Amino acid sequence: MSGAVAIGVDVGSTTCKVVAVDAAGRIVAHRVEPTDPRIEPQVDRLLEAVRAEAGPDAPVGATGYGRKRVRAGRALTEITCHARGAFARVGCPGVLVDMGGQDTKVIRIGAAGEVLDFAMNDKCAAGTGRFLEVILGRLRVPLAEVAEQVARAARAVPVSSTCTVFAESEVISLVASGEPLEGIAKGLHQALASRVAALVRSAAGGGEVFMSGGVALNTAMVAALGEALRRPVRVLPEPQLVGALGAALSCAAVHLA
Amino acid sequence: MSPSLARRARYELAGRVAGPLLVSLEAWQRRLRRRGRPREGPFGPPLESVRKLKELMTLHYFQGRYADGAVPVAWVTSGFPVEILRPLGFHAVYPENHAAMCGVQRIVPGLSDAVEAQGYSRDLCSYARTDLGSVATGRTPAGRLPRPDLLACCTNICQTVLYWYRALADHFRVPLVLVDTPYVYGEAKPHHLAYVRDQLEELVCVAERVSGRRVEPQALVEATRKAKEGTDLWAECLATAKQRPAPWTGIDGFFHMAPIVALRGTEACNAYYRLLRDELRDRVRRGIGGVREEKHRLLWDNLPIWFAVREVSTLLAERGFNFVCTSYTNAWAEAGSRIDPANPIGSAARAYTHIILNQDLPNRLGILRRLAREYAVEGAVLHSDRSCKPYSIGQVDLKERLAAELGIRVLLLEADHGDPRAWAPEQGENRLTAFMESFG
Repeated sequence: MSGAVAIGVDVGSTTCKVVAVDAAGRIVAHRVEPTDPRIEPQVDRLLEAVRAEAGPDAPVGATGYGRKRVRAGRALTEITCHARGAFARVGCPGVLVDMGGQDTKVIRIGAAGEVLDFAMNDKCAAGTGRFLEVILGRLRVPLAEVAEQVARAARAVPVSSTCTVFAESEVISLVASGEPLEGIAKGLHQALASRVAALVRSAAGGGEVFMSGGVALNTAMVAALGEALRRPVRVLPEPQLVGALGAALSCAAVHLA
Repeated sequence: MSPSLARRARYELAGRVAGPLLVSLEAWQRRLRRRGRPREGPFGPPLESVRKLKELMTLHYFQGRYADGAVPVAWVTSGFPVEILRPLGFHAVYPENHAAMCGVQRIVPGLSDAVEAQGYSRDLCSYARTDLGSVATGRTPAGRLPRPDLLACCTNICQTVLYWYRALADHFRVPLVLVDTPYVYGEAKPHHLAYVRDQLEELVCVAERVSGRRVEPQALVEATRKAKEGTDLWAECLATAKQRPAPWTGIDGFFHMAPIVALRGTEACNAYYRLLRDELRDRVRRGIGGVREEKHRLLWDNLPIWFAVREVSTLLAERGFNFVCTSYTNAWAEAGSRIDPANPIGSAARAYTHIILNQDLPNRLGILRRLAREYAVEGAVLHSDRSCKPYSIGQVDLKERLAAELGIRVLLLEADHGDPRAWAPEQGENRLTAFMESFG
């Protein structure tokens, strides 16, 4: 047993994350799985697995779009949890860009780890992980190879549409007109990065830029965002777990208090 | 009895006998429904005045059903100087107020579908779509709206009203009076005010012709005095929320503003606000809050989300948040200081040119800054209203400035004042919850 003091569950639109933390805030066990439409049994199963590894009695904090479906002592929004998780990782103020499947969040974090401001993309998949997933699927570029392909591109082919559906049609036209796939993939990353950069500017504030969420695992996206912002972007360790970590830490703080 | 006299008699009967009877019956039914049901939730005890408000507005709409042919009827925009029409005996109908009612009752999508089928874009203001949809289908929660004899439109709230009222004029084949107010940068210039004054004088001529009556100068002075008194009383009602706890919620204010919009310049309006003000002051004295446990005070900018107003305010009130002031309800209080009964037309030109929506961003920021300070708010929610572009433009800058200058938290919330199809409840709730969580 690793002595977990709290467990955090982050039920996102694409993946479901569960982490257990010890009294020092370290992750002692975790699970990540694609989100199942039947949220409750999936979360129960993942909790059971994490508890088997980290201890049976830790209280649960939940976040993410599916948080209301989790039997948890404490439910908080992803904004609060990502800020908390990111601050625990870096220990300094800054701007967190969390790119998930359903939305992209930009959170300005204060000197004490508090949320100073936030902005999110609204009612549209453009600017999210789903955008990349859909279009790269159309290009038949596996996510695991995308960074390598983008790096190979001699030039970026501009993709002007910011709507996922229209961008998909645009990409089909570009492919049909003989544009190289790597160049289109690079153009897609730039289009997405420019949208997210606008969101970062709307939440304002200086300081270092951190990145979390599943899309942060895509190094091409991290590079494109850095270029669009003209600032370095630092990817947090285990970026997918940041929200669940924040949920666990918030829960632990209340429980220990 | 001539047909017009008979109609007039029916109109008066509706206002003096049938309407009050209907209102009493409805109140009795409401009381019966609520009997024995304990009041729960995060709000303080309901305002007693609500009953009177319902009576007043029900009576207004009920009497309106019988207005055409009995008295001259004008359909007017919310920022129109309606007091000028009062001495001529006009029954004023406010399509925006009516559209808000449709919004609360969530019937906007159906009405909008009807006009979208005629070729109107869904990007149009939902108030315009609601009104034109109601005209096209005859559907209205008011039972029936009287046919207008005059359309009175003032561009101080937006340019959409111009095209909207032109469409109405084309449909009803009645005169349209347009009062064009130049946009105010800083302070309106004398030649701007002269331009508006000339149009108001022209309005008097057209309205006299339509009503077949002459405006008695003393009657105009009296209507202007009542309008000023009404806006001042409304300002006094709003100002009670400067106290802690605020005796009502900003959401209450959205509903209680109906008389100052639709009945401005009448004694019924003023009598109502005296009653409301006294009740609010009494609640302040007794420490009764609009929210049971007021922990955080917020400002709301822009129109309400009529179809979700209760959900949003409940979500916030459950955590002790209250919108103690709103720039929207305040707009009808601001005008009072510029209205001068000694100079009805000239002062109306000045007052109605300086409506918040007709002012530049620095002036709007000034109003928000003043409200935030006077009402001691810790945060603000700026409703980015898909339907109201003039109100929503510049909010990103306003957000940054308010946060930087006043050190308050500010949230930009995307929604619509009338059309639920432009509102994502889960995402909206998520943003509001995250905003509240950021207060610790």
